[in-house]
Amino acid sequence: MKAAVVVFPGSNRERDVALALKRASYTNPAYVWHGDTELPAGTDLVVLPGGFSYGDYLRCGAMASLSPVMRAVKDHAARGGYVIGICNGFQILAETGLVPGVLMRNASLRFVCRDVHLKVETTNSAYTGGYQPGQVIRVPVAHAEGNYFADGETLNRLEGEDRVAFRYCTEAGEITPEASPNGAIRNIAGVLNEKRNVLGMMPHPENMTEAVVGGTDGAILFDSLAKALA
Amino acid sequence: MTKITPQIVAEHGLAPDEYEHVLAIMGREPNLTELGIFSVMWSEHCSYKSSRIHLKKLPTKGPQVICGPGENAGVVDIGDGLAAIFKMESHNHPSYIEPYQGAATGVGGILRDVFTMGARPIAILDPLRFGSPEHPKTKHLVSGVVAGIGGYGNCMGIPNVGGECTFHSAYDGNILVNAMTVGIAHTDKIFYSAAAGIGNPVVYVGSKTGRDGIHGATMASAEFDEKSEEKRPTVQVGDPFVEKLLLEACLELMAGDAIVAIQDMGAAGLTSSSVEMASKGGVGLELILDNVPQRETHMTAYEMMLSESQERMLMILKPGREDAARAIFEKWGLDFAVIGQVTDTGHLVLKHRGEVVGDIPVAPLTDDAPLYDRPWVPTPKQAKVLAADVPAANDLGATLIKMLGTPDLCSKRWIVEQYDHLVGGDTIVRPGGDAAVVRVRDHATKGLALTTDCTPRYCFADPVEGGKQAVVETYRNITATGGLPLAITDCMNFGNPQRPNIMGQFVGAVEGISAACIALDYPVVSGNVSLYNETMGTGVQPTPAIGGIGLLEDYTRSASIRFKATSETILLVGETEGWLGASIYLRDIAGREDGAPPPVDLAAEKRNGDFVRGLIRHGEVVTCHDVSDGGLLVAIAEMALAGGIGATLATPETPVPLHAFWFGEDQGRYLMTVPVDRVESIVDQAKAAGVPLQVIGTTGGDSISVDGAHKAGIADLRAEYEGWLPRYMAN
Repeated sequence: MKAAVVVFPGSNRERDVALALKRASYTNPAYVWHGDTELPAGTDLVVLPGGFSYGDYLRCGAMASLSPVMRAVKDHAARGGYVIGICNGFQILAETGLVPGVLMRNASLRFVCRDVHLKVETTNSAYTGGYQPGQVIRVPVAHAEGNYFADGETLNRLEGEDRVAFRYCTEAGEITPEASPNGAIRNIAGVLNEKRNVLGMMPHPENMTEAVVGGTDGAILFDSLAKALA
Repeated sequence: MTKITPQIVAEHGLAPDEYEHVLAIMGREPNLTELGIFSVMWSEHCSYKSSRIHLKKLPTKGPQVICGPGENAGVVDIGDGLAAIFKMESHNHPSYIEPYQGAATGVGGILRDVFTMGARPIAILDPLRFGSPEHPKTKHLVSGVVAGIGGYGNCMGIPNVGGECTFHSAYDGNILVNAMTVGIAHTDKIFYSAAAGIGNPVVYVGSKTGRDGIHGATMASAEFDEKSEEKRPTVQVGDPFVEKLLLEACLELMAGDAIVAIQDMGAAGLTSSSVEMASKGGVGLELILDNVPQRETHMTAYEMMLSESQERMLMILKPGREDAARAIFEKWGLDFAVIGQVTDTGHLVLKHRGEVVGDIPVAPLTDDAPLYDRPWVPTPKQAKVLAADVPAANDLGATLIKMLGTPDLCSKRWIVEQYDHLVGGDTIVRPGGDAAVVRVRDHATKGLALTTDCTPRYCFADPVEGGKQAVVETYRNITATGGLPLAITDCMNFGNPQRPNIMGQFVGAVEGISAACIALDYPVVSGNVSLYNETMGTGVQPTPAIGGIGLLEDYTRSASIRFKATSETILLVGETEGWLGASIYLRDIAGREDGAPPPVDLAAEKRNGDFVRGLIRHGEVVTCHDVSDGGLLVAIAEMALAGGIGATLATPETPVPLHAFWFGEDQGRYLMTVPVDRVESIVDQAKAAGVPLQVIGTTGGDSISVDGAHKAGIADLRAEYEGWLPRYMAN
C-alpha cells in the first residue's frame, strides 16, 4: 500500500496516522504539503489527518477544501482512489462534497476528548472489511465540531445504500442519544461516499492501535486497508 | 519630548529610589521609551526583585541537570542523547481579567519557552485554583479558563495530561492559572539565548506586533483593586494557529545550524527578549524599529518595545543564513524580518524613523535591577488537632460518598475532556490518576511521568511543611507510576511581598521546598514567581505549585491507580497516625480550617518511594496509588471507581479512631494491590527494607465496605464523584 498523508498548516495528527499506517503496512507513508498540486506517483490511499487546518478559521475545513492539493485529492477519488478523512479530515471532505453532510458544533458547545464506542454498521468497504458486522469497538474522539448533520432524504439514502460506516453506541451496542459525544444526527460517526472509496469519520482509530495506549480496535481499520490495498 | 514627571514614574510602577537609580545609570533623564524599558525590566515579574534573594537557596544542581534556572526552561538528561525540557509559569492576573485569552496565552507562552530551546513539546499540565463555588464570578472563570487552555493546546496538538483544580474563597479575587509544558530535545541540539558574534543579524519571526498587552508585566506586578477589570486591554490575544506554524518553522530551522541564539518574546516582549539576549551574551544590540513587522499603523517606539503581542521570537543568526531561514518562515506563512545587529557597545540602541530613540547600557539594566530583602515574619505554628476532638463519622460509607462529591475531591472529567489528552498517540497513563505517563518520541522504551501538585491549605497553615509536602506529593505521584523522579519546576503564587506575613509565607515555602529537594535528590531546574495575587488587601493561600518529571526506562512497566482484578490483596505502605489537622475531612465534614498540616518525614518518603518504585519496575505491582487529599478511604474509592471494582476493607489493629485512620492525611503512604500468592513475598521485602506495610483488604464486589459495618456502593460513589462539577457548571 502506498499512502500519502496531506499536511495542512495546522494539521496535528499527521504523525499519529502515519505511525498507524506503518504498523499495519510496514511502509512509511509520504507526507504531502498542502501547497503541492500533485500526489506522489502510484498513491493508493490519501489521508486527510486531524488537526486545525488553517486554524479552523472561517469554518472547519472550509479553507483547506480550497487548498491546491485538494484538486489532486478530488481527482484521485474520482479515479476510484482511496481517501480517508479523520476528524478535521472529515470536515474537509464534507466541505469539498466528497462525502455528504456537514459537521456542526458539538451539542454541548464544548470540545470533547474521550473514548467512545462505535458500532460498525457496514463491513462492505476497504476500511471496515476486517471488522465483524455489528461489532462494537472503542476509539477516542477529540473535536469541537463533530455534530454530523444532513437532511432526511440524504440520511435515508445513506442508510439505504449501506453507507453509514460507524455510529456512536453504548458499550452494549445500543444506539442512544447519550452514547453520542456530539449530538450527531442518527448517531452517525462516519460515512462512505457512493463508490465506497472515500470515508469520513470523526473518531480517531489511529490513536487506538496499541494495547499499551489503551486498545487495538482502531488497528483493524488500518489492517483492513493494508490488506485491501496490498 | 515628554517630560518625565514623578507621576509618570509612579504610573510605570517605579519607586522614587528606583527612579533615582535609573537617573544614575543613564547619566541623564530617560525618555519615555527608555523609562518604559526600565519599568518592565525592573517589574517584579521580570526582575524577581523581592524573591531572588531567597530563590538562591533552592538546590539546582545534580548529575541529571543540563541547564538549571535562568534560561527559558530547565533541561534534564534522560539518557541516550535525549533531554527533557520543562517549565511552569503563571498567568494569574490576565486570566482573572479575561479568562479565555488570559489562560490561552498562558499556555502559548509556556509552550514557546520550551520550543525556543529546541524541544518539541509533548505535554501540557495546568494547575488551577478558583474562588469559592458560591462566588458569583467563579463559574464564569472556570468556564473561560478551561475553554482557553483547551482552545490553545488542542489547536497546537500538544496533549494536556494533568493538573489540578481546587476551589477556596481565598482565590475569590485572584484565581491562579498555572501552565507547565514538557518537551523532548536531543542533547546536542539545545538552543540558548546568549547573543554572540558582532555584526550578526537580529531576526524577528512570527506574528506582527500590535498594541496588545502593553504593560502586561507591570500589571502582573501590582495588586488588584475594584477597577482591575479596566485593565482588560493589557491582556494579550492569542492565536494558537500561528504558534503551531511558529513551532514547526522553528524546529525546521533548528534542524540546521543557522541559529546562534534564540529567545521567545513573552512578558515585556521585544524589550525583555532583546535585553536578556544582550545581557547573557555580554554584547550590545542595535535595533531598527522601522523593520519590526507591525499590525497597526503609526506605532511608536514605546508601543513596539512594550507590546506583548503573542507568537513572536527573536533570533541571532549566523551571517549569511538569512535567506535560507527566511524561506522556511515564508513557507509557513510567517513574518521574518532582520531588525538589527549584534554590536560591541554593550548598549541597547533603538532607532526609529532615522533617529536614535533609546540608548541604554545593558549590564546595569539587568545586573543593577533592584534587589530587596523584604522584611518577613515566620508564620505562627498551629496546634496539632487531636482526632478525639474531631467529631467521628457514624457511617464511614455515607461520609465517603459525601466527600467524593465535594468540589476539591470530585472528578475533574468535565475539564479533562475539554482538553485533547491523546493527540500524539503517546499518552500511556491518562490524566485522572497520579502522574500521567507519556512515551518519549524517538526512543523505543522510555517514558516520562508528569505531575503537578500543591496543597494550599497545608501551605497556609505552615508554609515550610506545606512546601515540603508539595514536593513530596509530586515525588509520590511519579513513583506510583513507576517513574524515577528527576527534577521539578516551581511556580510560586503568593500575595503582596511588601507585607511581612506574606513574605514570611514565601520564605517558609522556599525553605520547605529546598529541604525536600535536597533530601530526595530532586533539584529545581526552572520556575516562576507570581506575587501580588491579592485584591483589596486579601491575598491568596500561599500556593507553590510544583511540577515534577520522572523517568520510566520502560514505559510498558508502569502502574496506574485502576483496580484491575478482583480478589487481590490491598496493601498500605507507610504509617498511619490519623492526622486530621488541615485535612479535607476537617474542613469539609467537620467545618474547621485549622490545625498543623501533616508533617513530612523526608527519609520515610525516600525509603517508601524507593520500595514501591522497585516493585513496579520489577513488574511485581501494576496497581498503585499515592494517598493524599481525603486520606486512605478516598484513595481506595478513586482506585475502585477507575476500575469499576469494589473493596472489602478491615481496619488493622490500631489505637487510631476509625475516622482518623480512614480520612487522616498522613504523608508517605501508597496503596498497592497484588494477587494473594504474592503477598508473603512483598511483606518480606518490606520488612527487609524497613518499610511499614499493612494488609487492609481485598478487591471485589460492587461496593466499598469497612469492617462489614460501613458501606458505600460504587454506583452511589460514582454518582457523587462524577456529578458535582457538571451539575455546578450546568446551573
